[in-house]
Amino acid sequence: MFGTHYKLERYSIGLVVAIIVVASIGGLIEIAPLFTIHETVEKAPHMRVYTPLELAGRNIYIREGCYACHSQMIRTLSDEVERYGPYSLAVESQYDHPMLWGSKRTGPDLSRVGGKYSDKWHSEHLNNPRSVVPQSIMPAYAFLKRTELRTVDLSMDLAALKRLGVPYTDAMIKNASDDAKGQTDPDGSWADGVRARYGEATNVRAFDGDPGTVTEMDALVAYLQVLGHLTDVAHASEPGVSK
Amino acid sequence: MTVAGRHDPFGIHGIIVLLTGLGCAFCLIRDYYTPEPGADRLSSYYDEPIKAGILLALIWALIGMFFGDWVAWLLAYPQMTFDADWSSFGRMRPIHTTGVIFGFGGNALIATSFHVMQRTCRTRLADQLTPWFVLVGYNLFCIIAVTGYLMGVTQSKEYAEPEWYADIWLVVVWVAYFALYLRTLARRREPHIYVANWYYLAFILVVAMLHIVNNLALPASLARAKSYSLFSGVQDAMVQWWYGHNAVAFFLTAGFLGMLYYYLPKRAGRPIYSYRMSIVGFWGITFFYVWVGSHHLHYTALPQWVQTLGMTFSVMLLIPSWIAAANALLTLNGAWHKVREDATLRFMMVAAVFYGLSTFEGSFLAIRPVNSLSHYTDWTIAHVHAGTLGWNSMIIFGAIYYLVPQLWKRPHMHSPALVEFHFWSAIAGTFIYVFAMWNSGITQGLMWRAYNQSGTLAYSFLDSVMAMHPYYIARAFGGLLFLIGTMVGVYNVWRTIQAAPAHLTQTEQPALPGSPQAAPLVGS
Ligand code: HEC
Repeated sequence: MFGTHYKLERYSIGLVVAIIVVASIGGLIEIAPLFTIHETVEKAPHMRVYTPLELAGRNIYIREGCYACHSQMIRTLSDEVERYGPYSLAVESQYDHPMLWGSKRTGPDLSRVGGKYSDKWHSEHLNNPRSVVPQSIMPAYAFLKRTELRTVDLSMDLAALKRLGVPYTDAMIKNASDDAKGQTDPDGSWADGVRARYGEATNVRAFDGDPGTVTEMDALVAYLQVLGHLTDVAHASEPGVSK
Repeated sequence: MTVAGRHDPFGIHGIIVLLTGLGCAFCLIRDYYTPEPGADRLSSYYDEPIKAGILLALIWALIGMFFGDWVAWLLAYPQMTFDADWSSFGRMRPIHTTGVIFGFGGNALIATSFHVMQRTCRTRLADQLTPWFVLVGYNLFCIIAVTGYLMGVTQSKEYAEPEWYADIWLVVVWVAYFALYLRTLARRREPHIYVANWYYLAFILVVAMLHIVNNLALPASLARAKSYSLFSGVQDAMVQWWYGHNAVAFFLTAGFLGMLYYYLPKRAGRPIYSYRMSIVGFWGITFFYVWVGSHHLHYTALPQWVQTLGMTFSVMLLIPSWIAAANALLTLNGAWHKVREDATLRFMMVAAVFYGLSTFEGSFLAIRPVNSLSHYTDWTIAHVHAGTLGWNSMIIFGAIYYLVPQLWKRPHMHSPALVEFHFWSAIAGTFIYVFAMWNSGITQGLMWRAYNQSGTLAYSFLDSVMAMHPYYIARAFGGLLFLIGTMVGVYNVWRTIQAAPAHLTQTEQPALPGSPQAAPLVGS
């Protein structure tokens, strides 16, 4: 064995090929089946997609690095289920490009935070966390409320996601910008379109408390409020958890 | 880029690229008019890019560690920042990670690889231009990355945050780097390729593979920075941690073992303890590491069989890791008196010890029940910093203190006392940091799962946040000590260079054969 190696290490290309082969095996065996084994992701026939506004909120969540402090993955441990709700299923993040499972909980898990607090609470909390939770160490995001959301590009975003397999319809893509505005203005003319395309259960509200301009705060709160509510399969079946 | 991305951070990046391009063009044109160098140039080593790489690594160390310590203080005192979008924790944290891993670590890897490949092959770098292209191109990537984070440009994939255009650029740079390495190896005057080069090769190759697969994404538009990952949900998570853990394996381990396998024997003046241990360690690490990423996803929605594979291989990984660490430490047999006297060698020795410790901790944390406590807590942060501060930084500083006097032709560093000081402040900083995070991590983990007698959860999440406060202060203080050590080191390097007789650095270059490099590196 060592004799062979003594010969191998005289050939740089030989080494290169050997390294590539040896280093590929593990990845291939672990990753490739995840795309082919159907049980990997459960079925959720009625799962809805993110509205343009929620998607914009999600992109703000990514942009601000909220995932550095918050996970979105409840593990199958009893204390986590008790604290955060039913453990996360793979299907719940099937439309998440990229996933935001996170790796660190400086703050609590957020995968089921939707509906836990009022819009007003979120808006104040993001504006200055210490105004609602005095001991909080979360950063303040006061600029969100001051910043208008850029909605003109949202069609491109939906179109890109559609190409990656998220079931957005052509109507959704075409109306993305209007739907984003409509979702924050329940009495406006675009609100019905949002409900028609994304379902009656969609939250249509002035998330930041001001129905006028669509701000980044609107988008982020809309996203937080839908977390855990795209499908209810996780609540439906709940087999045992490990201790 | 500049024009197309007017409404997007993309445009600002266009300007940065444009300016870099103009700068390079200027340098090239200027060089065009300097006289042709004589043929004797080819018989000497090409050390200028190595020098530049070392200085760049040090600059990035300062930037990366400064931001790291700043965000550490933010966790203790969240108000210590500005009311501006760029200055929040989430945007500055990746500046820290990219700054230290890719800026500091990456430049150190490139610089030392240029040095090691020339010395162990006893030949000059294959050409004049490629080393500069690699160095400048790589640093352009780092600059685009960190300025992007400030503007909110990120893919959110941990340790792979830069967006699609930066990723594509890095592939170009990396191919040039790989080609340079192979071309230099092809010119070698030694029949055998020394161990350090195997590690550097594995680093270059596997990082390329990981980088390309993990960054597959569809840009929302060619005029915008934003892209969407090709994978979603559970597949994305697995690809991400396959990448994430192998960035640790092939960036922060393989490349750095290359450094260790050259500089430690050199400084100790002893050949590597065992050739066979080198081989077993190398192939073991290359094979086992790739399997272990899934231990980042224990108890998640990832299928259980993948979790189990990840755990099993993580435990087995301990064997080659300890073989490599033992090989390094046994090399010091007969040179321990030098470790006592020479802070530079001590940096390297401590690095090998921390490498052994953190690989042990890593295998331990990958065991499912242990991971149920440690995951999501500061214990992970403790583990990572035992590795990065104790192992990666220490070996880099050891290598730098070895290289700077040699490359700039000085008998020794400007102040050996300051090297001593740096050593002790780095050690103290690392210990304070790691102990603080061990405590906070285990406390957090235990508080989250504690039940009281009536069978309900004993603590709210906020209770655990409040319990962290003293540890976060201690951690930030430990980090500060480490940063101060680095600043002293940079000052020392700067003074050493300042004092170098100018004519020497300009004209004379070390001759190839007959240099002390010819001393055998490999033992029996
Ligand atoms: C420095 C780490 C940190 C960052 C970054 C961070 N948070 Fe937090 N977050 C916390 C902490 C700690 C808490 C718990 C205290 C509190 O409620 O403020 C928290 C709480 C929350 C809560 C309440 C959760 C609950 O169930 O009570 C929400 C919602 C939230 N954060 C959203 C966000 C969003 C959105 C972002 C990004 C814009 C973000 N956080 C960024 C640390 C962070």
